[in-house]
Amino acid sequence: MSARRPRWLRRLGTWVGDHRRAATDTLDRLIRAPLATLMTVAAIAIALALPATLLAITDNLERLAGDWRRGAALSLFLAPGLDEAAGGRLAAALRTRIDIGRVDLVSRAAGLAELREYSGLGGALDQLPDNPLPVVLAVYPAPDLTAEADVDALLTGLAALPGVDFAQADAQWVKRLQAILSLLREGTWLLGGMLALGVVLVVGNTIRLEIENRRDEILVMDLVGATGAFIRRPFLYAGAWYGLLGGILAWALVDTAVWLLQRPVDRVAALYEAQLRLIGLDLHQSVALLGLGTLLGMVGSRIAVGRHLKRLRPV
Amino acid sequence: MIEFEHVSKRYPERGDALKDLSFRLDAGEMAFLTGHSGAGKSTLLKLIGLLERPSRGSVRVGGDDLARLPRRRIPAHRRRIGMVFQDHRLLAERSVFDNVALPLVSAGMHRQEIGKRVRAALDQVGLLKLERALPLTLSSGEQQRVGIARAVVGRPEVILADEPTGNLDPDLSREIFRLFERFVEVGVSLLIATHDLDLIQSLGHRTLVLKQGRLVADAIPRPPTPEPEPEPEPEPAP
Repeated sequence: MSARRPRWLRRLGTWVGDHRRAATDTLDRLIRAPLATLMTVAAIAIALALPATLLAITDNLERLAGDWRRGAALSLFLAPGLDEAAGGRLAAALRTRIDIGRVDLVSRAAGLAELREYSGLGGALDQLPDNPLPVVLAVYPAPDLTAEADVDALLTGLAALPGVDFAQADAQWVKRLQAILSLLREGTWLLGGMLALGVVLVVGNTIRLEIENRRDEILVMDLVGATGAFIRRPFLYAGAWYGLLGGILAWALVDTAVWLLQRPVDRVAALYEAQLRLIGLDLHQSVALLGLGTLLGMVGSRIAVGRHLKRLRPV
Repeated sequence: MIEFEHVSKRYPERGDALKDLSFRLDAGEMAFLTGHSGAGKSTLLKLIGLLERPSRGSVRVGGDDLARLPRRRIPAHRRRIGMVFQDHRLLAERSVFDNVALPLVSAGMHRQEIGKRVRAALDQVGLLKLERALPLTLSSGEQQRVGIARAVVGRPEVILADEPTGNLDPDLSREIFRLFERFVEVGVSLLIATHDLDLIQSLGHRTLVLKQGRLVADAIPRPPTPEPEPEPEPEPAP
């Protein structure tokens, strides 16, 4: 039946078969030396899991900060001369806008009461001849207004309205947190880059030892006319397997870390009467982690193979 | 098939291994290459297999000037040549079958075809029953025959053998050489380096003699029986 198939198809079949055999033979070889394989895989996994965990934590905190920020009101401090009636008219006008969800009016008296309660200035405030506070409108952006830039634009627009003295986002501290998080994210990438280099070196060194161990075999293959690609192939697959297995173990480590962190996070969240569900790597990130591991493994072995095979085959 | 023209090979650390060597070996011709250790036998074989390149002169195999062969075509060149070594160079972890199949596997041949050819080669050397054995479980003579099967499995145009009987007793050596002679019949060129002078004389093939890197003799030795000294034992008269 194979004689009927066109020649190129048979060649392709042979090529695929060769690769499949190289891949499975190499995996067999790794499994037959489980301890050595595990050590290499664990080193790769730790190097990948560290930045991945940091990224997962940063992601969770950013998500949380975003929620806080979206939930937070913009405070409009009206001009000192305006009374509650004028504030009410402005609030009614604002409520008709689509980029605004809810508007609460905080009367001057209510503002003073709140200040007395939370500031601890109680007695001192009583000394004031009259209420110095302006009318305040608490403006909540529309729920679908999530982009930070849109919220910022809304804030600027509100500040410019006639009768508004100044506008302020209550969640200013969240914004600072977000800045810190983005710094953390960039640092994680930098750390990740260094650790990726570490993975390449670990795989490269392992493959170098493997080449030394199989020196005789390589020399014989060279003598009987094996091409460079054929000789390199098992080593490249070994690198890819190391990387992939390292990626899988790293993924498990990240998920374990997130699971372990959930408990302390629950305790903190309870203090703030909040619910915070930590999320591990999503599908996209998981695939990226495994792919990156495989790629780094292949790069490491390609470098080692290129350097050391050339030494064995001088002509 | 093989053509050497004024070939010299100089190693930086050892000096001249071959000096101004010229000869040709035709298709279907078998020749022995002999001389003391260090006379340049192995170097000569290495030049043909492109394990080394000459310092001067040209080596042609099947009409191709090896000096013009780029690096990437060396594997294909080596597949035209079957090499047999004194120490067999078998892979200890792989079965006899896998060892013999190696040249075909690395050439990307189809699996069914590989099976057919490997069994044919093992049949030729009389080891068909041992295809699943590991090389180290075989005797030295059997290992050498596996090496020969590996050398011929790719149907090479040239077979080079470097002291193929160095570790074998005379009977086994003779058996191995008989095996080689059968390949000549199908048009393969054979060049066999050996210092087994008795055997060379008894077989009566062309013999190239190297001395300190120079070709000092190229002749067919006289037929084996009429030796200068008369045989002491009484031979039954025909």
